[in-house]
Amino acid sequence: MRGEMSVIVRTIARITYALILVFGFYVILHGHLTPGGGFQGGAVVASGFALLPVAFGAAAAKRYLNPSLMRHLEEVGSLAFLALGFLGIGISFFYNVLANSGSLFGAAVPFGPNSGILNSAGTLPFMNWAVGLKVMTGLMTIVLVLLIGAGKEGKD
Amino acid sequence: MNALSVHAPVLLVATPLLAAFVVPLVAKLGSTVRNAVVGVFTLLTASLAGLVAANVLAGSGAPSVYVFGANPLNLTLPSGMHVPIRILFEVDGMSAFMILITALVAVAATLYSFSYFKEHSGGEMYYPLLFLLLAAIFGMEETGDLFNFFVFLEIAGIAACGLIGFRPWRGRSQEAAFKTMALYTLSGLFVLIALGLLYGQHGGLNIAYLSSRVGAGMLDLVALGLLVVALGTKAGVAPMHMWALDAYGEAPAPISAVLVASSQASLYGLFRVLFTLFGAAVSVAALGWFLIALSVLTLFVGVTMALLQKDIKRLIAYGAVSQIGYMLLGVGVGFTTSGSRPAYGFVAMQGGIFHMVNDAACIGLLFLAAGAVHRASGTRDLNRMGGLGHDMKWTAALFAIGALALAGVPPFNGFSSKLLIYESSFAASPILAAIAILSSILLLAVFMKVFQAAFLGPRLLENVREASRGMLVSMLMLAVVVVVFGLFPGFFVDKLVTPAAKALWLGRDAYVRAVLGG
Repeated sequence: MRGEMSVIVRTIARITYALILVFGFYVILHGHLTPGGGFQGGAVVASGFALLPVAFGAAAAKRYLNPSLMRHLEEVGSLAFLALGFLGIGISFFYNVLANSGSLFGAAVPFGPNSGILNSAGTLPFMNWAVGLKVMTGLMTIVLVLLIGAGKEGKD
Repeated sequence: MNALSVHAPVLLVATPLLAAFVVPLVAKLGSTVRNAVVGVFTLLTASLAGLVAANVLAGSGAPSVYVFGANPLNLTLPSGMHVPIRILFEVDGMSAFMILITALVAVAATLYSFSYFKEHSGGEMYYPLLFLLLAAIFGMEETGDLFNFFVFLEIAGIAACGLIGFRPWRGRSQEAAFKTMALYTLSGLFVLIALGLLYGQHGGLNIAYLSSRVGAGMLDLVALGLLVVALGTKAGVAPMHMWALDAYGEAPAPISAVLVASSQASLYGLFRVLFTLFGAAVSVAALGWFLIALSVLTLFVGVTMALLQKDIKRLIAYGAVSQIGYMLLGVGVGFTTSGSRPAYGFVAMQGGIFHMVNDAACIGLLFLAAGAVHRASGTRDLNRMGGLGHDMKWTAALFAIGALALAGVPPFNGFSSKLLIYESSFAASPILAAIAILSSILLLAVFMKVFQAAFLGPRLLENVREASRGMLVSMLMLAVVVVVFGLFPGFFVDKLVTPAAKALWLGRDAYVRAVLGG
């Protein structure tokens, strides 16, 4: 098919695609414990998606990825982030109402050094997911916009 | 009600941000619903701005602190810390003054956009960018943290560039957007380097905390220099003004008005850095003369270049640049004479600060009127229009009000603030007052020429229609401000300008105490 790269690139892309996505989601999920967070993880996930047009051509990317869905998911991500900020408005904007509450991500962190408790930090992991969703869909929208002109010349 | 006014500072930024994300979703339901939502959010933002300003001015401009995520929300130093670690907003008289200016321009520009963009598509991208720009401007004016300021500065820059190049089928607007983005990014990097230098030395970026720590050391002075140059560039101070002409000239008319407010927010950042951050650390007189030199250059370049322009919007853009010179002149004279002749210095500060609101109103009015002229005549070339006053009586009258106010003719608002600047800069050096008056006279000549070329004389263009009602109402709103501020300057100087000038001039200690206690 036009715009495809060699079989080596396509095979490697098939293998690394899943690994990149898993790593990106790991960075988002562990944003409150390890370096990185929603933005960095979202960028990693988007770079995994960006392999699709690179290895398989713009037409394949346009078939599987829907720009208007991406744009709306981006807005949902931003709205979710703002909503999480408003969650604490009873005390102050961005107040962490879920921390130490016992709910999801609500475990109390013991004093002193520890190896990191995933189920902690309250609203922060949710914010990481909101930012991650916004960044991955936003960057994908940019990639798709850049692809608008690709493949129309008929010479590649 | 009480909870609303407690949280008003953060809601003022969160509301336009929310609007920026909601509008693209509701835009699917058609342009009527979209415009209704945009209108509601604009009014909500403006009322929150009024509420924030009213709260601060009720406390005669004393700084109030809002700490994000803190319990209670004014807890700046949790767990016995000596460094404020959380992001915080700190609103004082000067911030309140700037917030009111931005809210005024925002309401006028949005109302104008409804009828200006009637047959253009792309509103689902235009209004979100506009709200993003407004959220960033409000954020810059409220924040008490330098890094936070940088973030809002960048958001404002990106949103502004998107709006300047909003009509991509006109190549020149793309060029203007690109030039603006290059200079915004460059000055943004200057700010970032300055913040790095300050953070490396003092370990914090809270303005109040830094203000208690900075000295006249070499690195601090380098940071100060970078901040002055970068914020001066963003405000459009000569010789870094070249982006402003393209940006104001090529952006859609309502955006030109909002860009003026955005430039003023950068100027506010400059004043905040000079007075609050480095107020106690640097030799005042030398820096003050540097500002005065910049302001005189800005005045001179803006006014003389305006004489040569044939494009109506570019001409007004030069006028806008020259007005930044007046504000800087007032504040620079205030800065210089603060030690030697404080009585004059304070009047100069009042003049410079009062001129900000007057400039936003009359330059905004002129840009909106020029947009109406462009829409009606289909050209911005002054040589090709003429006799528009026959068909556009209202626009002509409103343009005349704006032009006379800009030239400092009584009884309009430009006169009252310029008079304060003339009087006080005479005390610093009579030459300064002479230059300021000469610039005003030249501006009057420039706008006489424009008015004559565009509105007077025989009808040159057929089928010219008066601007639509929405556009006229938004222009009328700014014109009312121009006239009322000109007729009752004493009232507004007492109620709005004096708290703002005091917050900058004498408010440093209170600003620091509000965060660090003691």
